[in-house]
Amino acid sequence: MDFGPFLLLASLEGLVMAAVLALTAVGLSLVFGVMRVVNVAHGEFFMLGAISAWFVVDLVPGPAALGFAAALIISPLLVGAIAAIADMTILKRLHYEPEATIVATIGLLYIFQQLALTFYGADARPVEAPFSLRIQFPWFGYSGYKLAVIAASVVVLVGVWAFLTKTRAGLVMRATQLDRETAQAFGINVDRVFAGVFALGAALAATAAVLVVPIQQAHYLMGGDPLLLSFIVVIIGGLGSLRGTVVAALLIGLSDGIISVFFSPTLAKIIATLLVAMVLVFRPQGLFGRRPA
Amino acid sequence: MTVIWHAAKANRRSVIKGLIAGGSTLAATASLPRYIQAQTSEPIRLGFQLHRTGIGAAYGRWYERTATAALQVLNDSGGINGRPVEILFEDDGTDPKRGAEVVEKLAVQQNCDVVFGTLFSHVVMGSAPRAGELKVPYLVCSEGHHVASGALDRWTLQPGITDVKSQVQSMAPWVTQNLGRKVTMVFPDYAFGHDHRDYFTAAVTAQGGEVIEHVAIPPTETSFTRYLPRIPNDTEVLYHVMVGPAVLTFVKELGEFYGSGSRPEIFGFIDSLEAVDITAPGLEFLDGTHFWEGHPRFLQQDASDYETYYRAAVGVDENGASAADPRDVTTYAHMFSVWETLFSIRDAMEAANYRTPADRPAFVEAMESVTEIPASIEHPQGAKLFNGKTHQVFGIQNISVVADGRMNVVHTTSIDDGLYEDEVDYTTLPF
Amino acid sequence: MTGVLNRSAILHIGVVILLFALQFVLPPYHHTNMARIMTLAVFAMGYNVAFGYTGLLSLGHALFFASGLYAAGLLIQMGGWSALPAFSMALIAGGGLALLVGVLALRTTGVAFMIVTLMFAQAGYLTVLYLGEWTRGDEGLVLPAASRTIGSLDLTNDTTRYFCALALFSIALLGCYLLARSSTGRVLIAMRENEERSRMLGYDPLRYRLTALVISAVMSAAAGAAYGVLFGYVGATFASIQYSIFPLLWVLLGGAGTVLGPFLGVLLMTYLVDLAGDVTSAHLLVVGIALVLTVLFAPRGLLGTVRARWLPWLP
Repeated sequence: MDFGPFLLLASLEGLVMAAVLALTAVGLSLVFGVMRVVNVAHGEFFMLGAISAWFVVDLVPGPAALGFAAALIISPLLVGAIAAIADMTILKRLHYEPEATIVATIGLLYIFQQLALTFYGADARPVEAPFSLRIQFPWFGYSGYKLAVIAASVVVLVGVWAFLTKTRAGLVMRATQLDRETAQAFGINVDRVFAGVFALGAALAATAAVLVVPIQQAHYLMGGDPLLLSFIVVIIGGLGSLRGTVVAALLIGLSDGIISVFFSPTLAKIIATLLVAMVLVFRPQGLFGRRPA
Repeated sequence: MTVIWHAAKANRRSVIKGLIAGGSTLAATASLPRYIQAQTSEPIRLGFQLHRTGIGAAYGRWYERTATAALQVLNDSGGINGRPVEILFEDDGTDPKRGAEVVEKLAVQQNCDVVFGTLFSHVVMGSAPRAGELKVPYLVCSEGHHVASGALDRWTLQPGITDVKSQVQSMAPWVTQNLGRKVTMVFPDYAFGHDHRDYFTAAVTAQGGEVIEHVAIPPTETSFTRYLPRIPNDTEVLYHVMVGPAVLTFVKELGEFYGSGSRPEIFGFIDSLEAVDITAPGLEFLDGTHFWEGHPRFLQQDASDYETYYRAAVGVDENGASAADPRDVTTYAHMFSVWETLFSIRDAMEAANYRTPADRPAFVEAMESVTEIPASIEHPQGAKLFNGKTHQVFGIQNISVVADGRMNVVHTTSIDDGLYEDEVDYTTLPF
Repeated sequence: MTGVLNRSAILHIGVVILLFALQFVLPPYHHTNMARIMTLAVFAMGYNVAFGYTGLLSLGHALFFASGLYAAGLLIQMGGWSALPAFSMALIAGGGLALLVGVLALRTTGVAFMIVTLMFAQAGYLTVLYLGEWTRGDEGLVLPAASRTIGSLDLTNDTTRYFCALALFSIALLGCYLLARSSTGRVLIAMRENEERSRMLGYDPLRYRLTALVISAVMSAAAGAAYGVLFGYVGATFASIQYSIFPLLWVLLGGAGTVLGPFLGVLLMTYLVDLAGDVTSAHLLVVGIALVLTVLFAPRGLLGTVRARWLPWLP
């Protein structure tokens, strides 16, 4: 294939990856930013989102689009509820101590993986896309659904941004993020905020997973990659910066795609990984983070 | 004593034949005298290194079911040397470190006589050194070239499934003669993929064809579209082999990429779709493409009685899915190796008159002296030739075409197609 | 003061003696397990030097473990080196790599450090796969039994292996014990607790952190090389992210910043997986629940909690 179309394809793929990644990472960024905990189980919420989507689509009769729409609502709610319970029963008792939380969330990771393996199985199962539009470029074909994922992701991200900046609940979350003690002094129930943030973060990961599951299949080990990439995106973007997270997702998605045009695939991965690491080495606070005082 | 022992054996064999002919149930054997003339009625214990969790879990589930079904048949026909047989399954998490621990646990703590059943190459490689140190026969069902390459030792054998080098070599003539001579290969960028790359490329060149591009996909990848433009336009045959949970994504994206436009002939290893329903949405484009199958997933018109019997015993329907749940698709092209390995263990144990772990070297020697293995109820995939020097078995391979949601065999290779020069002689190594 | 020193010295020497004595009574399976646990405990102790004592939360220690594993493995396999010189080179490889990674990564702190180390390790993992011609990628290499010797010592022999693992373990344990009680160790802890203050006292944080990271990496590489030589297998799994998370988990479970905690963590985790498998096929569930319960009742890890509640003198 010629260079131009090759680059176009790589960019499209990069955008899809960035879209899904941005959603997952914004969820992690909220949890990380507000609660200051390293949630190792974040990828498992993503996985649970995908798997629950498969169950929902399987149970809802009628056209594929109907089941998918149902999954888009039910999965995030379900996963959010699971996260809230995990927060209230475990993390709260640990007083969100960073080290204890890491062990606890690794424990949760094992628990979720085993439950998924037992009740869902070891297979990677596909979910039918809500519509099957294929766009045929002169040089290659491309899935219309993938483009829809980009759009949907933008819509959700705008929604999150509006929620955080325009609603009272969002304000409370941001206030807690900036200064936990002061927020408490102003009568904010930090426990409830934390449970809410944890649930919201997990629900966003689940939403990303529902969007991605017609492209990639639901599998009980699918949580690893989103976890690592989200962490990278959150830190590159700068803690607590929604804009930074989105920009970092774009940076990583596109660099991964475009570098792969020039080098042999595995070498490209190595170079892209090191490049992103270098961004942090020379800008440790991330792209949009403030330098700590 | 020996005479009686042989009589018992003959008796059992005829029972199996009777089962096929009469189509009667296995329960029939219950009325027959079992475990005749055993030196001891203590069960023979076989350890099974199982990928119950981890990346190999989809295979592991079917390996376990196949082993359980084979065990039932084995015990109903009199066990081994008149002794009943037990299989102890232990999960290795598809991890090489845990694999070594599991081999030891099975052999030392659970007193298993041999250990078998491992699929993933890295687990085989991680576990084999410990098996060798413990001097426990280790029979793998992995299709890796690791055994025949000479990397291992006297204690590791692969009697149940042909290795990848032989598989790809026997595919090449048919591919170049029927599909095209300019080949592009897409494979995962690690050892299993490199074996495909190296041996298939050599085999295609030997046939007068040419591999014009190698597309090695990083194993950490979960989406593949961006690599597909590397496939040159003048490709006549696209050869693909992928493993792991992302396989379906890969095949779907391949379909999207070519879409309605012109595409090369596509030839894949069924590894790209093991445990995956080929009628899954997005796979329509596979119609007319070809697959290697170690063992045909869909019941063929001319299937042997052995094949029908094996399928029923494991609980697989004619579409290659679980008889209990049509959506639960098997890893049919690989799992027969567990069944066949179990019966190879029996034959070698009986030939060696295996009694205690002290007879393990004799067991290995008995296995090494095996040559021709005829197709039978114990070897439903087909006849095989075992090479005692390289510890590797060679069998027939199938090429199938996808049509109307089925895979139909269009070509079956001969055992000779897959033979290559020995790379090692394990029989010269000490125990 | 002397009494305190004696108490903890006796405890640590006692552990070594206990492990020495244990090999005469352990049944075979547990015998090998213990050799493996001691080897991996060296990795965990190495991680603890960076994380537990110096506060460097690295998610990239698989890089150092694997550098030792591959340096030793490839020198033996390709270069035909014998085990001991290959092991020594592995330490240099691990230390050198840590110097390089440290100079870059230590420009960052906290979670940024965690991510940078994670990415370096990921690049290392991919490099192992990329160099598949030599490393055989994920499948890895089996080191020939004949090469696994030190002089006339046959490392494939169970007793020899146990002794070698114990020797390495004892050296590492003693080293950590002395480090924790040394002035350098105290500076490292001071860095973790209050960087500003130690800086004002005239200590250069970067130099101390780099030192800690290099020590940590050399220990990890020693464990990696020992694992390859003692157990005969070198594979890419050991370079994967999993083996960066394991030492973190071991250390947190056993007690970060305690000398014996890492060993306890490896011991606990190994037997948790092993015994859970005997109880149920859903053994990950058991492991997960056990982790959650442990951390609920011992949030600072086992020894960390013991130290906080009962034995404040524990180093």
